[in-house]
Amino acid sequence: MSQVADPLVATPGSRKGTGRRPVRHDDVAGLGKLRAGFFVAPALALVGLFLVFPAVWTAYLGMTNYKLTGLSAKAPDFVGLKNFTDTLTDPAFHESLKLTLVFVLFSGILGQSLLGFAAAWVLRTTNKVVKSLIEFLVLLAWIIPSSVVSFLWVALLDRGDGTLNAILGTQGTSWLTEYPMQSIILFNIWIGTAFSMLLFSSALASVPPSQMESARMVGANTWQVLRDIVLPHIRGHILTNTLLITLWTFNTFTPYLLTAGGPNHRSEILPVYIYKVAIAGGHLGVGAAISLIMLLINLVIAAVYLRVLRERK
Amino acid sequence: MTTTHTLEHDVTQHRKSLFVGSLVALSLALTACGGTSGPEQTIDTTKNAEATKVTLSFTSNAILGGKNEAEAQWYQDYIIPEFTKQQKAKGIDVTLTFEPNGVDDEKYKTKLALDLQSKSGADVIGMDGIWVGEFAEAGYIKPLTDVAGADVDSWEGWDQMSEAVQQAAAFDGKRYGIPQGADGRVLYYNKTLFEKAGLPADWAPASWDDILAAARALKAAGVSVPIQLNAGTAMGEATTMQGLLPLLVGTGTKVWEDGKWMGNSQGLRDALTLYKTIYVDEGLGDPVLQQETAGRDKSFSEFASSDVGILIESDYLWRSVINPDSGTAPMPDRDSVVGYTKIPAQTPGSGVDGQDFVSMSGGAARVLNPNTEFPQQAWELLAFINSKEAFQNRVASSPIITPRADVNQIVLKDNPMLNFVATEVLPITAYRPGLAEYPEVSLALQEATAQVVAGTSVDDAAAAYQTAVEKIVGSENVASS
Repeated sequence: MSQVADPLVATPGSRKGTGRRPVRHDDVAGLGKLRAGFFVAPALALVGLFLVFPAVWTAYLGMTNYKLTGLSAKAPDFVGLKNFTDTLTDPAFHESLKLTLVFVLFSGILGQSLLGFAAAWVLRTTNKVVKSLIEFLVLLAWIIPSSVVSFLWVALLDRGDGTLNAILGTQGTSWLTEYPMQSIILFNIWIGTAFSMLLFSSALASVPPSQMESARMVGANTWQVLRDIVLPHIRGHILTNTLLITLWTFNTFTPYLLTAGGPNHRSEILPVYIYKVAIAGGHLGVGAAISLIMLLINLVIAAVYLRVLRERK
Repeated sequence: MTTTHTLEHDVTQHRKSLFVGSLVALSLALTACGGTSGPEQTIDTTKNAEATKVTLSFTSNAILGGKNEAEAQWYQDYIIPEFTKQQKAKGIDVTLTFEPNGVDDEKYKTKLALDLQSKSGADVIGMDGIWVGEFAEAGYIKPLTDVAGADVDSWEGWDQMSEAVQQAAAFDGKRYGIPQGADGRVLYYNKTLFEKAGLPADWAPASWDDILAAARALKAAGVSVPIQLNAGTAMGEATTMQGLLPLLVGTGTKVWEDGKWMGNSQGLRDALTLYKTIYVDEGLGDPVLQQETAGRDKSFSEFASSDVGILIESDYLWRSVINPDSGTAPMPDRDSVVGYTKIPAQTPGSGVDGQDFVSMSGGAARVLNPNTEFPQQAWELLAFINSKEAFQNRVASSPIITPRADVNQIVLKDNPMLNFVATEVLPITAYRPGLAEYPEVSLALQEATAQVVAGTSVDDAAAAYQTAVEKIVGSENVASS
């Protein structure tokens, strides 16, 4: 085995006798741009291949009239920004965007966060067995495959033999067609609360008990404890939680399994709208354009949260 | 240098290299994907023709225990073992598998399109004949002679199929597949409920008014759903084929005529008015059922449990849904309880070509996958599935109207329902235009019915349809009303 020292590694033995000792750069690792770039290249290639390229490809598809079948499937034409302008001026898109915002606000930001926090807050002081049991049940809603969950909900809300109608004595009420948005909002809260609960449980554990005790001793009520001690401590967690939940809820497709966007587009949130345009309707080009618009909305949401998060520090 | 400074410097540098790296990766990826659209490739029709070890698969929207069960059963019990045996006798070892599906037609179509687009999928594919045109235009499927060679044209089965039947699997004057059979729409009615409402067991309505009169009588007798006329987008093509189109031809209107698509026509408004009468004005149907995701399946099970008085459907309902032996919503007393009659035009003589009665027909087809590894053997399989012996076996357990005249002669003799469709309905039936735009126009028609059932006025819904269809095909291709 040869004893040739690796010229790239500045070991003490290789320092003398060779004029090709690499310059130690003044960054933390001492690597310099080139070698650092070499180290991160595989990761960047992956990011480029699986994130940047699909995004650019989507942008390109969005500028064609590419379809699933027919002549434009074989030879799509370049149509410039037509798909984007058409989409942005389409009342159906506006309606869908509005429904999506309502959906995100009520099922994600308000529903899951508040319920998850409430659960975490209450369970903090409950008996261990009850706590484990409730946590288990809430988690179950999160980990059961969504196809199974949606089947359970269809059975719950069915017009003819639905469980809910049997309990309430409201036979003949078709919840999914009469209250489509309310149904998918409750459905999504039910699924997603587990995540907020878990996150807030660990966040609450980081609040120093001594401060809570002191507050109690000077006579602070629960609201005051929450406002002045708990919230300042877990503000970062709240932002992280809201960011993740907003993005997840914004992009979720699961409500399709319940209402399929119906009746008459009344629960057609953006992911369902895209599916209907692109896959069911075959307009892959338009679908790509809407997807890109959705991606931009996602980026804006993320940027706003990150800005708020940074300001906190 | 402070620690903060170093960190910031580090971060800036990191960002720069991230940016540069992304650009490099991006340009690499773009170059890699540049040359996908090469010249049109011709298929080697004799590829693997001499192989002694062959793997073939075929697919259809049929599944054991679900949709089109009799068809799936036939594949499993007859086609697979018999074809394997025949090939074995020739010294060829065939592994033949059937890929089942049991979903809505729209979803099945999407799956096929994606399969074929990515140059995969089963070797022999069953599809709705109406899709052949758009799949052919997309280059997903090719004429049979392109895939399996000129010998295809000398197949004995063609002589047994009329020109009209062969059209179901043809596009632009070329055969893309072999038709699986024909179907026709009729009015089904429940004789038990009719008796309860004082209506005749041999009901024969001559106009839409006669249908409405019967529905009113059923409602008065306490029938929960007097009539089910498919509406809305949740039912998909079933709304168009079993709802709006039979009504439209009853007003003498064709959805595509003389190179132009129907716009906001009087016929459309008349048909939508009938929807309004049934669902909004008089409550003769169940509007909620038209909006539910599984509405069509529910309407079937309600019909099977004698909760629906009148229903427009094709012979598919009789064969595959309420069939006491293999239906998805079996009706043990089907033969004695369920009656069927021709769909009347709006008024006698008002139908297309001055007809008193009307219907719509479609037909399935089986095509060859141009990407098959074994073109010759795939064609052999397709021909075998459509041979006289295979069809005779198929109809023995559950009769269908086959595309073959020689088989129909035998099977229709002792099947009154199918004989009725073949002799009374098929001669007066109409077909959908096999054009790539049709599915989108169909969706616009479904939207129009959905709006009317949800309470929109007929004029507004018809005007919205006009706007939609102009957007799809261009206003110059829409007939002025």
